[in-house]
Amino acid sequence: MTTPATRRRVEEALLPPLVALLVALVVGDILIILVGQSPSAVFSLMLSGTWGNWYGFGQVLYKATTLICTGLAVSFALRAGLFNIGAEGQLAAGGFAAAVMGLVLPAGTPGLLAVPICILGALAAGGVVGAIPGVMKARFGAHEVIVTIMLNFIVLALLNWIVASHLHVPETLHTPDMRAGTVARLMDWVPAFHGSAVNASLFIALAAAGVVGWMLFRTRAGYELRAVGLQPDAAEYGGVTVGTVWMKAFLISGALAGLGGINYVLGYKYYYEEGFAAGSGFLGIAVALVGRNHPLGVVIAAFLFATLSQGGLAIHALVPKQMVEVLQGVVILAVAAAVPEVRRLVMGARSGAAT
Amino acid sequence: MRRLTILIAVLLAAHIALLFVEPRGAVAVTDAAAVDVGIVFDVGGRGDKSFNDGAYKGADSAKALLGADIRFIEPGEGSDREAGLRLLAAQGMDLVIGVGFIFTDDLTDLAVEYPGVKFAGVDYAVTVDAQGNVVQPPSNLAALKFREEEGSFLVGAIAVLAGGSKRVGFVGGMDIPLIHKFEAGFRAGVRHVCPDCTVIAQYAGVTPEAFRNPGKGKELALSQYQSGVNVIFHASGSTGLGVFEAARQTRKYAIGVDADQYSEAPGHIMTSMVKGVDAVTFDAIRRVREGTFQGGVYSYGLKEGGVGYIYDDNNRGLIPPDVIARVEQLEADIIAGRIRVPSTR
Repeated sequence: MTTPATRRRVEEALLPPLVALLVALVVGDILIILVGQSPSAVFSLMLSGTWGNWYGFGQVLYKATTLICTGLAVSFALRAGLFNIGAEGQLAAGGFAAAVMGLVLPAGTPGLLAVPICILGALAAGGVVGAIPGVMKARFGAHEVIVTIMLNFIVLALLNWIVASHLHVPETLHTPDMRAGTVARLMDWVPAFHGSAVNASLFIALAAAGVVGWMLFRTRAGYELRAVGLQPDAAEYGGVTVGTVWMKAFLISGALAGLGGINYVLGYKYYYEEGFAAGSGFLGIAVALVGRNHPLGVVIAAFLFATLSQGGLAIHALVPKQMVEVLQGVVILAVAAAVPEVRRLVMGARSGAAT
Repeated sequence: MRRLTILIAVLLAAHIALLFVEPRGAVAVTDAAAVDVGIVFDVGGRGDKSFNDGAYKGADSAKALLGADIRFIEPGEGSDREAGLRLLAAQGMDLVIGVGFIFTDDLTDLAVEYPGVKFAGVDYAVTVDAQGNVVQPPSNLAALKFREEEGSFLVGAIAVLAGGSKRVGFVGGMDIPLIHKFEAGFRAGVRHVCPDCTVIAQYAGVTPEAFRNPGKGKELALSQYQSGVNVIFHASGSTGLGVFEAARQTRKYAIGVDADQYSEAPGHIMTSMVKGVDAVTFDAIRRVREGTFQGGVYSYGLKEGGVGYIYDDNNRGLIPPDVIARVEQLEADIIAGRIRVPSTR
């Protein structure tokens, strides 16, 4: 027997995404018919290209890894009531720092030492970029949305300049290969994953989700952070230094986004390339929204968007790329609209039953 | 709760019903075509009205004339380039084409991994080893390269002879050796017919973004036109659309690149340095179709018809006949090897 309380929680957690997904599917059907294709053919191609074979599944896992990190970054800041629109730049900075660490370390450095150093580099670089808007907000009251958006341009332009004029391999846009610090691809353990880019970074991202969940819901700092997010004035009154919490939240948020950089750099290509995960930072906002700022939700949402992204490649022969982007947008809108609406219906049903 | 259940049921029913709509003309994925070709464009490449669209045009005519089945992929982010190529190779395409120098590494790796699939790279960057020898690509990979400097040489001569100014301009996209070839040839062409002329060369940036920044193109072009330049040659993808805009605004002239770009600013496009991406793409597909495909480095210049310039009814009024006669002579000299065009600055 389930108690009414748990039943309510399950309903509230599962029904909104279900409705949103159904709405998105119906809109997707209509779009596909409008471009003159058959929805069943397109959706089955999408499924077979993603979860239907090991390579496609591996690619979904690979794309999800980056999105888990950027989604966690955005949702962590949101828990403190802060909008981090800068995950794009933090992600690039993290990837770049990881690649530079791998270049600086002498060849033959044992992985047990080199990998943590590279990861620390990614965390630190993302954290530094993330801390800037935190400090600006706490000290000068600068609005974090403006600061993070503008920082994206600054960071990306700076990295492009460094790579293009000092670090690139001639005739390419990427840095030289790392000498140490690479992590294993899953295909080394499971041959069926052959060719797909999924790598051990996936487990690091999942661990990060666990740590974030523990921090948010099991520690005092997490409690303070959520209190600030809900009502900063009340939290201040309760003895929390709001400015410090903002700075810490942005530091950790940036570090989480920076961690996403290791997926491509340590696990896939072993170098930093301009635009290696362009868009993943912004998609992190959608992941956080759809995942409703809960680490578990973020992980699930990351899989959903990774499936859409890889599936988009697979169905390219039938529908234009823009159609997949529209579908992504529809999912986001549907979730944004369905959550309050479905909750209202669930609540309405309950109060109706009570009277 | 009942309303919610009804809502879910209605949505589900609608989805299932729509799932089985089969619009007329829906493409069934079949393997019946004579030759299956997959093409991966660069991120944001389609619609550049020059390079990527040229490959599209070539593939399109291969579809019409050779009965080829073409699949296109335009990746959404950098890490999707390999995924796109791999997806097509794994689907058993006969030929997989990567459009742009940026595909070089991924094409090389995949050609080794899929020896049964043929690959082609437009503008593939051939590497040189420590001894200075060209590293040959794998035997199932054709590197399709152009001698852009030869065509650029000719439009350089046209720019001076028909432009009426001793200053001519060049706007490049990304600052890389590939684009330096255009500049070097253009410079050489200008100097050949007018040793005391100056070429003002500027680049839009150091990232691929420099190929899609019309605002920057316009800014550079306006400053060049104001400094006394009458004709600007651009090699900058869609950044060049800004150069054309500046030409229209100042009533001066620009020279298009890769494809005939006359229609972008009629009356202001003196000519275009065409790079036969379409012909070369078509040719690669044709050779696969006929079973004569071979890997290796292919270089297309004036002699092979891989590059050239436009002279037709549209721009006949912009270039005097004696200029064309002179340029035709230069072309013959280059083909015969009497003029050697440099490919580096």
